[in-house]
Amino acid sequence: MSAATIVSLPDQSTARIPRMNFLTKENGLLSWLLTGDHKRIATLYLISITFFFFIGGALAGLIRLELLTPQTTLMAADTYNKVFTMHGVIMVFFFLVPSVPATLGNFLIPMMVGARDLALPKVNLLSWYLYVIAGIMAIYTMAAGGVDTGWTFTTPLSTHYLNTHVISTGLAIFVAGFSSIFTGLNFIVTIHKMRCPGMTWFRLPLFVWANYAASILMVLGTPVLAITLVLVVLERTMHIGVFDPAFGGDPILFQHLFWFYSHPAVYIMILPGMGVISEVISTFSRKRVFGYTAVAFSSVAIAVFGFFVWAHHMFIMGISNYAALIFSLLTMLVAVPSAIKIFNWAFTLYKGSITFETPMLYAFGFMGLFTIGGLTGVFLGTTGTDIHLTETYFIVAHFHFVMVGGMLMAFLSGIHFWWPKWTGRMYPEKISQLAAVVTFIGFNFTFFPQFILGMLGMPRRYAAYPPEFQALNVFSTAGATILGIGYLLPIIYLTWSLKYGAVAGDNPWQATGLEWQTQSPPLTENFPEIPIMDHEAYDYEWLEKMQEKEVASVG
Amino acid sequence: MSEPNQPHARSDHAQSDHEQADHEHNIVSPVIYLVILLSLLVGTALTVWASFIDLGEWHIAQGITLFWNPVVALAIACTKMVLVVLFFMHVKYSTKLTKLTVGSGLFMFLVLVGMTLADYMTRAWGRW
Amino acid sequence: MSDSTAIASGAPADAHHEHPPYQRHHFETVDQQFDATNFAMWLFLLTEVMFFGGLFTAYLIMRNWYYPAFVEASHQLNIGWGTANTAVLIMSSFTMAMGVWSAEMRKKGMLVLFLSLTFVLGLAFLGIKSIEYHEKWEKHHIPGLHYSEQSFLNPASDPEVHKNYPGDKPLAPDMAAHTELYFFLYFAMTGMHALHMIIGITILGYMIYRARAGAYTTGHVTFVENFGLYWHFVDIIWIFLFPLLYLISRFPNS
Repeated sequence: MSAATIVSLPDQSTARIPRMNFLTKENGLLSWLLTGDHKRIATLYLISITFFFFIGGALAGLIRLELLTPQTTLMAADTYNKVFTMHGVIMVFFFLVPSVPATLGNFLIPMMVGARDLALPKVNLLSWYLYVIAGIMAIYTMAAGGVDTGWTFTTPLSTHYLNTHVISTGLAIFVAGFSSIFTGLNFIVTIHKMRCPGMTWFRLPLFVWANYAASILMVLGTPVLAITLVLVVLERTMHIGVFDPAFGGDPILFQHLFWFYSHPAVYIMILPGMGVISEVISTFSRKRVFGYTAVAFSSVAIAVFGFFVWAHHMFIMGISNYAALIFSLLTMLVAVPSAIKIFNWAFTLYKGSITFETPMLYAFGFMGLFTIGGLTGVFLGTTGTDIHLTETYFIVAHFHFVMVGGMLMAFLSGIHFWWPKWTGRMYPEKISQLAAVVTFIGFNFTFFPQFILGMLGMPRRYAAYPPEFQALNVFSTAGATILGIGYLLPIIYLTWSLKYGAVAGDNPWQATGLEWQTQSPPLTENFPEIPIMDHEAYDYEWLEKMQEKEVASVG
Repeated sequence: MSEPNQPHARSDHAQSDHEQADHEHNIVSPVIYLVILLSLLVGTALTVWASFIDLGEWHIAQGITLFWNPVVALAIACTKMVLVVLFFMHVKYSTKLTKLTVGSGLFMFLVLVGMTLADYMTRAWGRW
Repeated sequence: MSDSTAIASGAPADAHHEHPPYQRHHFETVDQQFDATNFAMWLFLLTEVMFFGGLFTAYLIMRNWYYPAFVEASHQLNIGWGTANTAVLIMSSFTMAMGVWSAEMRKKGMLVLFLSLTFVLGLAFLGIKSIEYHEKWEKHHIPGLHYSEQSFLNPASDPEVHKNYPGDKPLAPDMAAHTELYFFLYFAMTGMHALHMIIGITILGYMIYRARAGAYTTGHVTFVENFGLYWHFVDIIWIFLFPLLYLISRFPNS
């Protein structure tokens, strides 16, 4: 690792966290529980989703422990089904979907567009309360015995043949869905209507574009999941419904409606992460993002095309050959904008002044792992190969590469990048770089063997497997242990940094962007006066001129 | 745009127009509302009347038949929807953004229904 | 480096400009507030479109598969009540639009009048709906609650409907069983619609109370206008539910 760094901290002997900031403005529990301040709500979200991340992670640990042996050793097969179901439900709906939008998005978007808050602060707070209520319902479900349908709730298993807590889980996800809808709605309105003077669409940071695209998906896709869950709950209660062949219904109908949301959901999960990567790569290459327009439009393209490909999750389920053909072709199409982003980030790096601070390490990890995950998605999008690979560990590996190797790394990158802005303090660089490397190594050991397992034919969602697969499973579990350490470290040192971290100052990364031109932590109202945006995005020359002016104007 | 780093006063458009209706600079007249109301009621009567008459079918190709009753019913319903959206909901007098929003909602609805139905309808076509 | 500097100042530092009491502090102008909240309501309506969209999709497929069952089951719905309800909702859309107009014209009395009319019409709709639901309960046509296929296995056993639709043949047992699916969708769709009506009527009640206090006739029409959008949307849903559920086919020999 090069010793070069772009970090520029104020003189630690005299620097202080500004006394008036959004954290100190008001005190007391009610000032937090009834806040309208988007930054406080983001903080509340950060704490909540971290909590759920560790529950989901513990469940993952149980999965990997069970899979150390070919037989069901630790738990009965039914219990194993419950463990992987809850792992999926919690990780998807309670961690990945809200991760970047509800934390970083809430915190940053008003500042990035030059506004004092989101358009609808009360709706924002409602969104968090809905998340918490949904979370409590999910915890209740787990305590009451869990649900074992898989996070995909396939019917008629979930509506007819199981005795587990399908209804309470379905309702929990329903409520969480509305939390997501309100967040997305708020973002769209804010980005359209509350940009400061001079902030044209093409001067917005790419993080905003990415969240805008994800918000469109949230607003248009999530309601379909909501009605699907309502129908499942009704069918279970009334013993009649449209999803069970025994009543004349169609299980494929459930899957169409479920995947109509759940495919765009994966883009809801990844797009904000891609937004983070754009910001981080630009800052740590000291270079504007190559092909800004292409990256901006590709975010929207992913959102639009993402709505047309859902049945690629259903190739083997009984859809018509013609539908399979069309959806497969469209899936090829949706891969293109993602690839465009990777190319543009690579060209941003080219001839940039690259330094390797922690956010950049995570970003590099993202680029490599997301590329692998995305490419395997193309293999799965071709019907011919999908028939053999679907419902095997290949799928598991594919989505963990894009979601964990991609999205989770992007989330951690963003948290580290904006930590100084959020808390006013820097995290400790060396240990965080170590954690990033440990995570990367652990991740590859955990999930790469799963590609091989899938190709060899090991099915997913099985507690017991043929003994010839054990070696790779043991390898994978060993990797998972390393990965777990990699995720525990940030909790420890980030908490440590709240009290002992170096004072960061306004702009320790010397980044462009309106959020870096205010104090750290920011004022409740973000800016003393609404700024005027008079330069392009990622304009490092403007930043240099600003800094010269500041130096020149002292004394 | 202004030169970099030069503060300048924003136009105080906030103070100047408290007097006029502070949003739509266009208030739709009750006469139009009345016309729309009557059209909607006529449409309702029409659609009920049409459901009592067998409007026949159209054999497009072998195995594909279009029945006119549902087509007419949906056409009348869509017309009523358009009238409500344009006039009662003021979309005719709204910004391009509002019109785009309405359009994208309709589009997504059609994608959901259309692409799902396409699967069902093409199952009967069998294998290649 | 630690004191905050915006890039360039917007309004001069002393301009804490006048703004009406109903303007929230994170908005710069009243226009911005109106635009933003109006757009937000439209986006919310988009979510509602997709929400009902799932139900419509399920309905279209089931109707296609079980057409005879759907036709005969739909004859159990009273077309008089259905048409009346459609007319009631359309009227209420008119009175709601007139309410918005009254708010824009700052006529408090007319606003309260039109909002109250809308409220009453909404209640009338729900009243008619409950009469219809009660009838379904009496005839054991509520799915999952002692559902009876008798009316379809043997139409003559249901003289009330049979005399209007003498051409309805007895259905085969499996097709008769699928009439329960029709009623599942009927209750799911009209029930979801009725839930939205109830929410709307409740908010209307609150609005009438505030309107009488003059809250909406001082230039701040946002709440009324945005609620109007919601109300018209609920009307549009019914505009589609009515032909799809009631008017599948009402002519003989279908």
